[in-house]
Amino acid sequence: MFKRQVTITVNGEARAVELEPRVLLAHLLREGLGLTGTHIGCDTTSCGACTVLVDGSAVKSCTMLAVQADGHEVRTVEGLTRASELHPVQEGFQEEHGLQCGFCTPGMMMSALALLERNPEPTEEEVRWALSGNLCRCTGYQNIVKAVLWAAAKLRPAGTGGVR
Amino acid sequence: MTRKEDARFVRGRGTYVDDVRLPGTLHAAVLRSPLAHARITAIDTRAAEAHPKVRVVITGAVLADRGLAWMPTLSGDVQAVLATDKVRFQGQEVAFVIADDPYSARDALALVDVDYDPLPPVVDARTALDPDAPVIRDDREGRRDNHIFDWEAGDAAATDRVFAGAAVVVAQDVLYPRVHPAPLETCAVIADHDVVTGKLTVWATTQAPHAHRTLLATITGIPEHRIRVVSPDVGGGFGNKVPIYPAYVCAVAGSMLTGRPVKWTEDRSENLMATTFARDYHMHGEIASTVDGKILALRVRVLADHGAFNGTAQPSKYPAGFFHIVTGSYDLEAAHCSVTGVYTNKAPGGVAYACSFRVAEASFLVERLVDLLALELDVDPAELRMRNLLRPEQFPYTCSTGWEYDSGDYPRALALLLETAGYRELRAEQARRRELGEHLGIGLSFFTEAVGAGPRKHMDIVGLGMADGAELRVHPTGKAVLRISVQSQGQGHETTFAQIVAHELGIGPDDVDVVHGDTDATPFGLGTYGSRSTPVSGAAASMAARKVRERARIVASAMLEVSPDDLEWSPGRWSVRGDPTAGKSITEIAAAAHSDLDLPDGVEGQLDASCVYNPPNLTFPFGAYLCVVEVDPGTGQVVVRRFVAVDDCGVRINPSIVEGQVHGGLADGIGVALMELIAFDPDGNHLGGSFMDYLLPTAVDCPSWELAETVTPSPHHPLGAKGIGECATVGSPAAVVNAVMDALRPFGVRHADMPLTPAAVWRAIQGRPLRGDLAID
Repeated sequence: MFKRQVTITVNGEARAVELEPRVLLAHLLREGLGLTGTHIGCDTTSCGACTVLVDGSAVKSCTMLAVQADGHEVRTVEGLTRASELHPVQEGFQEEHGLQCGFCTPGMMMSALALLERNPEPTEEEVRWALSGNLCRCTGYQNIVKAVLWAAAKLRPAGTGGVR
Repeated sequence: MTRKEDARFVRGRGTYVDDVRLPGTLHAAVLRSPLAHARITAIDTRAAEAHPKVRVVITGAVLADRGLAWMPTLSGDVQAVLATDKVRFQGQEVAFVIADDPYSARDALALVDVDYDPLPPVVDARTALDPDAPVIRDDREGRRDNHIFDWEAGDAAATDRVFAGAAVVVAQDVLYPRVHPAPLETCAVIADHDVVTGKLTVWATTQAPHAHRTLLATITGIPEHRIRVVSPDVGGGFGNKVPIYPAYVCAVAGSMLTGRPVKWTEDRSENLMATTFARDYHMHGEIASTVDGKILALRVRVLADHGAFNGTAQPSKYPAGFFHIVTGSYDLEAAHCSVTGVYTNKAPGGVAYACSFRVAEASFLVERLVDLLALELDVDPAELRMRNLLRPEQFPYTCSTGWEYDSGDYPRALALLLETAGYRELRAEQARRRELGEHLGIGLSFFTEAVGAGPRKHMDIVGLGMADGAELRVHPTGKAVLRISVQSQGQGHETTFAQIVAHELGIGPDDVDVVHGDTDATPFGLGTYGSRSTPVSGAAASMAARKVRERARIVASAMLEVSPDDLEWSPGRWSVRGDPTAGKSITEIAAAAHSDLDLPDGVEGQLDASCVYNPPNLTFPFGAYLCVVEVDPGTGQVVVRRFVAVDDCGVRINPSIVEGQVHGGLADGIGVALMELIAFDPDGNHLGGSFMDYLLPTAVDCPSWELAETVTPSPHHPLGAKGIGECATVGSPAAVVNAVMDALRPFGVRHADMPLTPAAVWRAIQGRPLRGDLAID
């Protein structure tokens, strides 16, 4: 099968790869680029374990061809940590016990990040709806909701709320 | 404290099987049967083998040449690895294609040509024993029916006598439909056979790596010391990852044939169609009581649908698991239950999805029956339970079917639930809203679990006694490594087992690392399922640490030149009785134990210890749950408004982790009760084979859980701790269903089977209950 050359900015770094047009973005990230934090939990775009940010929007990377990301910016869980310091979303999941087996966690955090970037002060209801494309089998969601609200509080500028 | 595991998981740095990269790895895909029941007349693999990226195509015939076409199951049956004679369920493994990359392996599946001669399938378990039913397992010589086993517990004659004299008897057919544990990570394997050393390394999603090593040795003939099974991070198990699946064996065969590592990762549809299902119990329950509501006896008959191969994972003497805990939390005069297992043209399984070996089915049934009895007697269901619950002074309590419950204070837990939920106010609200034509339902469930299998005299899996090991090494600087035989799939063992050792030795949990999942590095044990980690391996960890503490006492006595009897323990330190300043910390003692210090005769150096813990009994955690639902009778839509859960698992090692376990199980309960189902059509087609149909609750479907606790320690466990992991999955579906039935009371609905989808609820209101499991109207 013929291959195409694409360049995708992944976590701020331009990555040039040659691949078959049918290769899913999730597979490129995992197999091609070794970014195995993005997971695959289904084959029907239901579970959201593969969620990454494409140009700032939460996208299920199992339902996007890697060639479609040519020239676009992709952020994955591996890009959340800056200079070994955890992003508040990661910190929130840790503090509020928002993960158990950890398999949904990367996708869940990327969806949460997309939410917080467009809505810095979500209500619990808004968090639940924003995460409704992400399935979790371990947590029963409650601590995930708390984790996202924790991160929202931490991300707000000082004096407008802060950490509980 | 935050979990030790989280640091890697929140960074995307966990290592799950599909993340493992070995040089030269080949990739496999499984060709599956499109039919539920058919004879295979020919398999032509030539076109697939001609594919430029395909290395090998393995069929049943290839395996048969090596004696690998069939494998033993965890129930003493055999299962086809790749179908040779015929296929027995839709999705069954027929061929295994190994290629250079996963896309090519999938491509080549379409090039394998299989000729099938269709046979009539057995779909409805209730017809499996009909004299003219097609015989599914004609591979077994002399087999002329689909009967697997009959099993019973309790005293049938005594139970019949009580029923004959009882003033009130309520009976109900209850189907606990087939569901699936659906861990978010599917099953996967990498087999790497080293032709030079003969060593086989298998990375696999397994909850029981040691048992898998033994089974792989049995199946493949490779000596067990040359097999290493590694279960790395596991993306949820929920019982789905206890059995060995055919593709694991195929990957081993593939690696032996190609001399290279072979990786296989199933997709979601494969996971739902072919790996272990849960439940599928057709139950007929009867409950007897006096007119004033004293529950006297239970009588239960079960027809168990086990699919085409009996692959149920449970202790070998218990073909229906621990179903006989169906007497629940009540003091009965007599009880009897019988279970008949049958083959059908469906995937194997049965015990999975946090069922604690069929406690899920038992608990659901008894809690439905108690509610139906309350309806019959027109007594409040909370009041009826309170009157009949076992009293704390009755423990240890031997129930009518033989279990000895270790401890419990049930009335206290129920009272706490009713108070926490505001039960009286809820009933008042319900009455008010009924007058307005609104349908609020309140459902209760009180359950007793049986977890921590188990005493090896009674419990084994394929001959392996269910004891578990722990090995503790204390390094010269006082830092420790604990090696355990159980395998976390998210339950937080790396954190809680460190806490156990830290608690026993008086050091910090950060000073203890926990190793699990690698059979070359860890002591033998049966793995994690049935909420057995804390009861069995947790006890082993505790006992190993206590051995270290005693060794440390002797070393300290040599250091301080006093008799060991003159030393007393305070956390982290042995000191001279009456002179606390004269003492040695564990860190100092560890250094001395590794040094040139003269030790008394017979005392080895170092501070390492191990323990194999053979539990004297199971642990019996319990809980009281309440669910509030609103039902729209026009659409059948059920919304869960509140869920209040009181759990008692004895001493809580890590309260935050316990709560997380309960949250997850409560979400399972909502899923199972309201939306999850694997159904079949009359041709045996699997309906519900993807997340398009097999519905799981999202964040929007779940309420904010309201938790409370009581603490009734297990008297026989070193820490007083009981298992908790499966409690909420076991206990919650009955609360949800009881709530929906309560809401539907004005419509005269007595019972409807799960899942209570809008269609099922709507049909129940119309007086036309749905058998959704068969997709036959």
